[in-house]
Amino acid sequence: MSTQTHDASRNWFRPKSRPTVQSIIGLLLVAAVLAWLVVNLIASPAQFMTVLVLGITFGSLYGLIALGYTLVYGILELINFAHGDLFMLGGLLSGSFIISVFDLQGGKAWYVLWPLLLLTMVIAATFCATLNIGIEAVAYRRLRNAPRLAPLITAVAMSFILQGVGLIFWGPRPTTTNNLVSESKVFDINGFSVTWNKLVVILVTAPVLIGLIWLVQKTRQGKAMRAVAQDMQAASMMGINVNRTISFTFAVGGALAGVAGILWMIYPGSMRFDTGFQTGLIAFTAAVLGGIGNLRGAVAGSMVIGLIQAFNEGLSIGSPGSNWTQSIVFSILILILVFRPEGLLGERTPEGQ
Amino acid sequence: MNAHRKANDVNSASGGKATLKRAVSVVGDLWQGIPATPRRWIIPIGVFLLALLFPFYRSGLADIPSLGRYIPDVESLIVMVIFTMMAVSLNVVVGYAGLLDLGYVAFYAIGAYTVAVFASTQFGGSNENPRTIRFGAIAPESLPGIHISIWLLLLIAAVVTAVLGVLIGLPTLRLRGDYLAIVTLGFGEILPQVARNGDDLFGTGFNLTGGSSGITPVDPPGFGESLNSVLPFLPENFRTASNSARLFYWSALALLLLTIFCCLRLRDSRLGRAWVAIREDETAAAAMGIPLMRTKTWAYAVGAFFGGLAGGFFASFKSSAFDTDFFFQISVFILCMVILGGMGNIWGVIVGALFLSYMDRFGLNTIGSHVNETFGTTLDIPKYTFLIFGIILLVTMLFRPEGLFPEARRKAEIEQGVQDEPLYDTQQS
Repeated sequence: MSTQTHDASRNWFRPKSRPTVQSIIGLLLVAAVLAWLVVNLIASPAQFMTVLVLGITFGSLYGLIALGYTLVYGILELINFAHGDLFMLGGLLSGSFIISVFDLQGGKAWYVLWPLLLLTMVIAATFCATLNIGIEAVAYRRLRNAPRLAPLITAVAMSFILQGVGLIFWGPRPTTTNNLVSESKVFDINGFSVTWNKLVVILVTAPVLIGLIWLVQKTRQGKAMRAVAQDMQAASMMGINVNRTISFTFAVGGALAGVAGILWMIYPGSMRFDTGFQTGLIAFTAAVLGGIGNLRGAVAGSMVIGLIQAFNEGLSIGSPGSNWTQSIVFSILILILVFRPEGLLGERTPEGQ
Repeated sequence: MNAHRKANDVNSASGGKATLKRAVSVVGDLWQGIPATPRRWIIPIGVFLLALLFPFYRSGLADIPSLGRYIPDVESLIVMVIFTMMAVSLNVVVGYAGLLDLGYVAFYAIGAYTVAVFASTQFGGSNENPRTIRFGAIAPESLPGIHISIWLLLLIAAVVTAVLGVLIGLPTLRLRGDYLAIVTLGFGEILPQVARNGDDLFGTGFNLTGGSSGITPVDPPGFGESLNSVLPFLPENFRTASNSARLFYWSALALLLLTIFCCLRLRDSRLGRAWVAIREDETAAAAMGIPLMRTKTWAYAVGAFFGGLAGGFFASFKSSAFDTDFFFQISVFILCMVILGGMGNIWGVIVGALFLSYMDRFGLNTIGSHVNETFGTTLDIPKYTFLIFGIILLVTMLFRPEGLFPEARRKAEIEQGVQDEPLYDTQQS
């Protein structure tokens, strides 16, 4: 009773919505970016639309990777640094299958290409899922109750090991696919065109994302995942096998990374042993931007990051250019973490209010 | 001693053992008999003297058949000492205060570029219109550009880095744990890109960092002609001197000694105890009246100060500053040293740093070529550096998370756990 009156008096004393300096600056920044986009749209609409599609393509790829970060963070509160490198290994493995085993390059007929690409995708996803389960069992399980910096350092170590594996087996040169999926245009309206290889990435990603959200929200296993994420101990008391649920989560994250890997080999089509680390950091930024631990947030954040990257690199009027992409992405990461650690869509974490 | 050993050989095995035991206990008694204060310093001073005299007996050691090739040359040793310096100063941030910094290389980069900009021809103007600003520099008069004495510049670089460390720290330090690690990682990734694009900042054509071609050459340290003529033991110019490597080595050693001394004294100071208190239990520390933000920021500033010092000296030694020197891998490499040696224990960190930087600069190459010669293989061992360091880090964390030579307190923390939950009221509005 007394707390209620206290709250009421505070509400009366302090008006509910008082804009802070931070939010004003943030809004001004967003307004400036929007103005910049509008100027570019008016100047050359076709270019703008092309860049938009490119951004959605990259956003889909980042989204698949970011979901892996967000799933693991939601359940263990661990930033799984090795996830980006897992994606890299998945991409390089599917690259090897595409180039050497199935020899799919150079415009094969559709009834050869698509089943084998699907098979490669299954192989890559299985490989990454298994590897991710193994990583969790070897590196993270023992440290589940250690001070929280310990598993983080282990994750960095795991990332180094995976990069080393990539370097040893695939060498320092990038693995590149040529003319895998046709680069012909799906349509072309006054210079605004979409090519098949980009469209494939978007078309594959969409059902995967919907399937994942269905898995987490509607199935029994998904319920178990959410329960473990909320309270590991209580979940185990309710008869949920915590270890198996965590392994399952890592498997799902790994499979998504594998799918992202093969899509990356379709477009942009070039992967190197250190690609995964950089891409992983960008995807992690996306996950943080959307609110880490929040699946829809990860996808939304990835789209925003993908669009920012594409606009920055593709628009001609007043864009800083590709030299600065990384700096811009990481500046966003820092600003979000400092001013709004819960991300755009929320999901409070203990890391900051 | 020889006579002893001979006597032992003659004796039966059990008698030899007894004699040995007695000898050990006599030595132990003698060691215990020394008063505590000098006893604490005998081993560090002995090691330091050995390190100081290393250039004199190096060639002797290197002549030992088959093992001699594992003795590093003085140039590698300089780099090892500089990396040790960075590990010792990162230890302040990670080991003492418990703030995981994954972008430590940013501080090193700032120090290196500060020295490089103010002791090179970077701002020399054009050929027709040369600009020269000199202050106690030993570079020739005819050389355009800003030239400030390296000794002064090292101090400036350290202070500049410390200030930037505080600026980076102020907004970010209220985040805890892994979020702080990510933010520092972000800074560590942004900085090399700024350096790489710094030859044309914001399209104005203003060339600050020389872009991907870096800044080179950078002036060497030295004491100049006038000082040299008065005090002949002060060399005029480190790079042109006949014993150049030794001079660099000794000054690096002096800087390392300074770093170790400051960090040791800081550890035992009021501030150092506050760091440890925050690391162990932030809530309790705040309840005891420790100002969290200020204390953490000091840890950042101290770590940045010595990191900048090390970076500045490294730039002067290598005579260059490139954006490629500042990759994330180097941050992790230095973190590896701290973790392997034992977070918080300065002596352990020194051992870890010397071991890992030795392996990186010298050991892995030599082992690789030795293995290839012996077994006729064509392994490219340095290619596995990533993998090897990753495995070292992983194995250390899994089986001995307190490091090889842990500080007793830190060990207890890792075994018993600490109050790891963040405190909300550090959030400023």
